[in-house]
Amino acid sequence: MTIFGIPILSLLVFFPLLGAGVLLFIKREETLRWVALIFALLEFLFSLPLFFKFDTTTAAMQFVEDWWWIESYGISYKLGIDGISLLLVLLTTFLTVLCILCSWTAITFRVKEYMISFLFLETGMVGALVALDLVLFYVFWEVMLVPMYLLIGVWGDPKRRIYAAIKFFLFTMAGSVLMLVAILALYFLHQKATGKATFDVLELYQFGLPVGTQYWLFAAFALAFAIKVPMFPFHTWLPDAHTEAPTAGSVILAGVLLKMGTYGFLRFAIPLFPNAAYELMPLISVLALIGIIYGALVSMVQPDLKRLVAFSSVSHLGYVMLGMFAFNTQGVQGSIYQMLNHGISTGSLFLIVGMIYERRHTRMIAEFGGLSKVMPIYAAFFMIVTLSSIGLPSTNGFVGEFLILLGAFRSNTVYGVLGATGVILGAAYMLWMFQRVMFGKITNPKNEGLKDLNAREIITLVPMVILIFLMGIYPKLFFSKMDASVEKFLNDFKGRVEMKTDLPSPKLLAEIKK
Amino acid sequence: MKLPEIDLYLIAPEIILTAFGFLVLLVDVFSPKTERKGYLGILSLIGIVMAFFYTLPLMGTGKSGFEGMFVADGFSLFLKIIFLIIAFITLLISIGYAEREGIAFGEYYALILFSTLGMSLMASGTHLIVIFLGLETMSIAIYVLAGMLREDRRSVESAFKYFLLGAFATGFLLYGIALLYGATGSLYLKEISEYIASKNLFRNPMLMISLVFLTIGFGFKIASVPFHMWTPDVYEGAPTSITAFMATGVKAAGFAAFIRVFFTALPQFRPDWTSIMWLLSVATMTVGNIVAISQTNIKRMLAYSSIAHAGYILVAFVAGNDIGISGILFYLMAYAFMNLGAFTCVILLGKKGEENTLITDYSGIGFKYPLLAASMTVFLLSMAGIPPLGGFMAKFYVFSAAVKEKFYWLAILGVLNSAVSVYYYLRVTVLMYFREPQREITGLQFSPASILALIFALIGTFYMGLFPANILSFAQRSIAGLM
Repeated sequence: MTIFGIPILSLLVFFPLLGAGVLLFIKREETLRWVALIFALLEFLFSLPLFFKFDTTTAAMQFVEDWWWIESYGISYKLGIDGISLLLVLLTTFLTVLCILCSWTAITFRVKEYMISFLFLETGMVGALVALDLVLFYVFWEVMLVPMYLLIGVWGDPKRRIYAAIKFFLFTMAGSVLMLVAILALYFLHQKATGKATFDVLELYQFGLPVGTQYWLFAAFALAFAIKVPMFPFHTWLPDAHTEAPTAGSVILAGVLLKMGTYGFLRFAIPLFPNAAYELMPLISVLALIGIIYGALVSMVQPDLKRLVAFSSVSHLGYVMLGMFAFNTQGVQGSIYQMLNHGISTGSLFLIVGMIYERRHTRMIAEFGGLSKVMPIYAAFFMIVTLSSIGLPSTNGFVGEFLILLGAFRSNTVYGVLGATGVILGAAYMLWMFQRVMFGKITNPKNEGLKDLNAREIITLVPMVILIFLMGIYPKLFFSKMDASVEKFLNDFKGRVEMKTDLPSPKLLAEIKK
Repeated sequence: MKLPEIDLYLIAPEIILTAFGFLVLLVDVFSPKTERKGYLGILSLIGIVMAFFYTLPLMGTGKSGFEGMFVADGFSLFLKIIFLIIAFITLLISIGYAEREGIAFGEYYALILFSTLGMSLMASGTHLIVIFLGLETMSIAIYVLAGMLREDRRSVESAFKYFLLGAFATGFLLYGIALLYGATGSLYLKEISEYIASKNLFRNPMLMISLVFLTIGFGFKIASVPFHMWTPDVYEGAPTSITAFMATGVKAAGFAAFIRVFFTALPQFRPDWTSIMWLLSVATMTVGNIVAISQTNIKRMLAYSSIAHAGYILVAFVAGNDIGISGILFYLMAYAFMNLGAFTCVILLGKKGEENTLITDYSGIGFKYPLLAASMTVFLLSMAGIPPLGGFMAKFYVFSAAVKEKFYWLAILGVLNSAVSVYYYLRVTVLMYFREPQREITGLQFSPASILALIFALIGTFYMGLFPANILSFAQRSIAGLM
C-alpha cells in the first residue's frame, strides 16, 4: 500500500523527519507549535489505514518493503508489521500528537529544538517497531536515544536533569552494545550453518542454535531489553528519567520507549532463542514478580507524584513480562494488551500530573489536598485514569491484567497468586494518592485559586478517556488484530521448545532429501 | 647492464605532490611579503586535487614498478584517497587558521604536501627502505609543523617531544628492519615471507625480536598503548590544524605500513603477533577511553579518544580476515571525516590569542552557535558509535570481523569500551546544550574555507553511515591483492 506513491511504512518512518526538516526554517514560536502539531496529526492519519487495511486472517508480515541496504553484508531495509507491532505503531503516532498538544504552554524556551527532537524521536520509534532487519532495528533503536536524551537534558527539571539524562543514555547504551555483539554472533553462526548471509529476522527465526549458544545470545538480547523495560534490578534509571523529563517526555517514555523493551522480547529475544527463553522462564517470571510487588511498595511511599507514577510503571511492566513469559494465549495477549494500556493510562497520568505541575510548579503530594473542590473537571479525568490504572472492570486495565493473571495461573499457580497481590497493592497506592491529592479540606491556600482545565487540556485528555473505555468494553476490536500473530508466535515457540533439539539447517535438510 | 624499467605514471600522484610542494615554496619566495598567504593554500589544494585525479586511473591496474619496490595496488590506492581527503580538508581548515595564528608561511603548506607524499610512499612501498623513507619524509615534515607556533612554548615542546620520541621509535623500527634483513637477506616484503616459509624460520629468535621492534616502531606512529605517552602533549601543543592532520593522517599511514609489513612479510608469524595485538588492542582502547574521561582540555580529550580509536582498529587487525582489513580501511576513512570535523569545530570556536580549548569553554554554545554545536555533536556522536553515522558503521565492521573469527571477548571488551566512551563525548554535548555559558565568547570569525571543510566532513560522516555499501565494497575490492 502506498500514500502519494510512497510505501506506507517508509512514509510513516520518514514523514516526521521531513517535519523536523521543515521546522528548521521556521522562526515564530506559535507557528512552530502549529506546524509540529500538523505533522504529528498527519502522521497519525497516515497510520490509520494500517488499522483498517490490516488483514486479520494472516500472521504473516504485512505492508512489507524489502530492499537491500548493504547487500554484500546481507543487511536489508526490510519493514513490515504484524498483529504485535500494528497496535504499538498506532499507539506511537497517537501519543506523539498528544505530547505535542500537552507541550503547548509547558515548553517556553527553545521551542524549535524541542519540536525537532520530538519528531526525530518519532522517526526512531516507528522505525524500531517496523524494522525486520536486525541491523536496521539496531540503528533505529539507538537513534531514539539522542532526542530523548536532549528532551530530558534540556527541557527537564532543572535540579537533576543532567544526571538523569546521562544515566538514561549510559544505561541503555551499555545494554545495547552487548546486543550488537550478539547480533553479529548470530549472523556469523547462521552464515556458517546455512551459507546465507542475512540479518533478516524472519529467516533467522528458522535457525536452530544449540541451546548452550542460545543462552549466551539470549542473555545479551535480554539484558538490552530488560534495561529498557525496565525489569528489576535494571530499573534504577527509570524513576530519575521519568521524574526529571518534561511532561511530554515522560508520556512518550512511558508510552512507547519502555514498550521497545517488551516488544524486543516478543519480536527478537524469544523467537530467536526459544529454548533459552523457555529454560529461563522461571528467572524472568520471578524478576517480573519482584518488579510488580517492589514497584508497588515503593510507589506507596513516594512523596512526589511523578516518581510515584514512575515506580508504578515498574510494577505495570512487571505484569507485561509475567504475561509474556507465561507462554500461553491469554498471557501473551494480555501482555500485548497491557503494553497498550500502560501507554494510555500511565501516559494520561503523566499528562495529568503535568497539568497540575504547570499550575503549581510542584509535584509533592503533601502540597495538595482537596483539589476536587476547585478543579472538578480535572478531578473527574483524574479519577477515570486512576481507575483505569488500577484495572477496574470496564476500563482497559482490567482486561489486560485479568488476562495476564489468567495466563500466569495456567502456567504456574504461585506466580498467579503473587501477581494478584500486585493488583491489591496497586489499588492501595493509587487510591491513597488520589485521596490525599483530591479529597479532604484544602489545607494549602495556594490551591484555592487554581483554574480548572482549559479546552486544549480537555482535548488532550478526551481521546485517552475514550480509549480507556473502548478498550475496556470492546476489547475484541483490538484482539482480533493480534489473534493470528499471537497464535503463530506461540506455535512457533512451542514447536521449537518441544523439539528440544536443534532445527536441522536447510543445507542438511537438502542433503537428507537427496 | 639492464636499466630498471621506470613507469612514471605509477608515481604520478607522488610526483605531483612533490612538484606542488616546491612550487608553493618558490611562489612564496618570489611573492610580495604580506600577511595574507591564502593563495598558497589554494595552490596546494590544486595540487591535492590533481594528485587525486592521477590516482583514480591507477585503480584496478595493480601494477608494481621500480624493481617491485613500489606498488599501486587497491590497498595503497584506497589509502592514498584517504590521505588526499585528509590533506584536502586540513588545507581547507588551514587557510583561515594559519592566517589567524600568523603561521601562513609557504613552508607550512609545502610541508603538508611533503608529509602527504611520505604517507603515500608508506602505503605503496613493498620494500622496507621505501616504507622507511616514506615514514621519515612524513615524520620530519610533521615534527616541523608541530612546532610552527614558534612563540608558543607548548608548540615548541610539542615539536621537540615528538621529535625526540619519534626518533627513538624510528630507531626501534630501523633495528627491526635490520634484523629482518639479517635473518632473511632481503628487504622485499614478498621475498622475506618466501624465505621464511622455505627455510622454516618460524622459531628464529632474530625474527622474533624483529617482530617486537617493528611493533614498537609502528605502535608509536599509530599511538597505541603503551607507546602513546607523547600523544596528549603533542596534540595539545601543536597547531590545531596540524593536530587534526596528525590524528588522522599519521595514524592512517602508520596502519598502512603496519598492515602491509605484517600481512605481506610476516604472515607466518600471525599466531604470535595475534596475541600481542590482542593485548595491545585491549590496553589501547581501555587506557584511551578511561583517561579521556578525566580530561579538561578538548584537544587532550580528542588525543585520548584518538588513542582509543587506534585500539578499535587493532581489534580488526587481530581478526585479520578480509572483513577486518577492509573494515580498517573503512574505519580510517570514517575516522578521518569525523575527527577532522571535530577539530574544525575546535578551531572555529577559537580566535587569535584565545583558543578556547577548555571543555568548559563549550558551555552554552549550543544555542549561541547552533550550527557549529550541532556539527560538533554529530562528530562526537559518530565517534561514540551512534547510528546512523559513519563511526557506527566503522565500528560495526571492525567488531563484526572480530566476532567472525570468534574473538568474542575482544568484541565484548570493544563494545563496552565504546559504551564508556559515550560518557566523555556526551559530556561535551551536556556542556553545549544543558549548561549556561560561563563567559562570553564573541567575535568568532568563520572563514569560508573552514565552513567548506566542515560541510565536507559532515557529508562524509553522514554518507558513510547511511550509504556505506559503496565504500565498503570498494574497500573489499581494494584488499584483493593484499590478503
